[in-house]
Amino acid sequence: MRATEFSPSIPSRPVYGGLRPHGALASLMLAEGTGGEALAALARADPSVMRQAQLFWIPAGAGPELGPRLRALGPAGYVEGPSWAALRPRFARALAEAHMGTRLYLAGGEGLIGQAMAEALAAGMPLEAIDAEHRGGFARRVQCVHCKGITENVATDPFACSHCGLNLFVRDHYSRRIGAFQGVCVDAETPGQVPEPQEIKP
Amino acid sequence: MTSLMLRVAAAEPLTPLVKRFRFEHPQGAALPLFSGGAHVVVEMPDGEVLRRNAYSLISDPQDGSGYEIAVRREDGGRGGSRFMHGRVRAGDLLRVSLPLNLFALDLRARKHVLIAGGIGITPFVAQVRQLLRMQLPFELHYAARSRAEAAGLKLLPEAPHIHAHISEEGNRMDLGAILSGQPLGTHVYTCGPEGLIGAVAEAGARLGWPQTALHSEVFQAPPPGRPFAVVLARSGRTIAVGAHQSLLEALEAAGAEIDWSCRGGACGRCETRVLSCHGRIEHHDHWLSEDEQSAQTRIMPCVSRFRGETLIIDR
Repeated sequence: MRATEFSPSIPSRPVYGGLRPHGALASLMLAEGTGGEALAALARADPSVMRQAQLFWIPAGAGPELGPRLRALGPAGYVEGPSWAALRPRFARALAEAHMGTRLYLAGGEGLIGQAMAEALAAGMPLEAIDAEHRGGFARRVQCVHCKGITENVATDPFACSHCGLNLFVRDHYSRRIGAFQGVCVDAETPGQVPEPQEIKP
Repeated sequence: MTSLMLRVAAAEPLTPLVKRFRFEHPQGAALPLFSGGAHVVVEMPDGEVLRRNAYSLISDPQDGSGYEIAVRREDGGRGGSRFMHGRVRAGDLLRVSLPLNLFALDLRARKHVLIAGGIGITPFVAQVRQLLRMQLPFELHYAARSRAEAAGLKLLPEAPHIHAHISEEGNRMDLGAILSGQPLGTHVYTCGPEGLIGAVAEAGARLGWPQTALHSEVFQAPPPGRPFAVVLARSGRTIAVGAHQSLLEALEAAGAEIDWSCRGGACGRCETRVLSCHGRIEHHDHWLSEDEQSAQTRIMPCVSRFRGETLIIDR
């Protein structure tokens, strides 16, 4: 499976350039599902990236052989967890111990990249130190501009806010700070007239 | 360039080569406040020539009662610092521009690491006052040849995170050690000779620092070179630029309207379009990108020169 190619949009819509090796610098790596293949490809391009890497892995439906394969790449540390929520405290701890020069490699779905990147930026990591590669589905994290609740895994546009129930149009407008797209009420002026939901595409 | 006529309130030597000058408003009015890293341009009427040099402010950014600068005498220089040292006395009136900051602290940083070489300490003197007032984490590394020459030692408070590296005492600055293990969100600021700025950039690149976290300022005097001629497209005049004159100074002497600010190739204010260039522009600025420089379609008259047949500029 290849990295996602994004269709042109507004500048706010994040496009992830893919993982490039930055040598044997200290690094954090976080992958979810088929994003693990992106880490494997990174290690093939330059095996030295693993020498000082702390690798965090969320299987999320990837085949059972991928975890052992990642571990066999020889990262300095390897942690597997069932979800981002479960791994987050240990990831945050690793960020707190990181220093300038530490790289971050992220690979997975839109929601994981967004949340992990927001966590890293909040910890003071420079944006330029982060490589991200989108792999997997296109479901988005969307924040409702009206109630501020965030709905995970939004696959269609429009959709109903899981908090306040408003019908939301999913914009490409994105917040790096909260790691979510913006959802705006689609039928505010014509209540009940909601366009047919379409599948969200890259 | 907005400026004020200010009175020299004090002129005192800090070291054999460095003098401190204090400027105050002649009627005692408060001066605009500034931020650490800001500079002013001092005008020096030196006979036929009007010299203009930029100097970092070293006084407290929150103190509007006066502006202070520290001037190192460059005996091989163009004459501005010799004028300040030899001719300027307390009580004199000099025209001083309003402060401008091209080397401000990035206040999004979690920590600030300041690296100074020699007289490059001056912008940090004001920044240290600002950082102490704001209670922000920082460390300062100041490299100087000898204690006697280190004017900064008289201008800085004593604090455990202010380090003097005196090469004569065998206590040289180890950039690799300074840049290793800094917490996430640290920004580095370097001011001093080009060699020091290059060494910090190199050590930073080796240790994985992104360029956006590395700031630097080099105040360069316009470099001398061969005399050359320039055609001003708007009037059709040809003007001559002397060996020790900058193109900006030649334009001013010829009465051409041109805006400027730092006069050191950093701010971009005097950027001028080149309409025709048969020859090579000697770019000395830090403003144009490499691509813009090699295109030879723009020139920064404050520091850059020309060698060749003809140069026509949009002035």
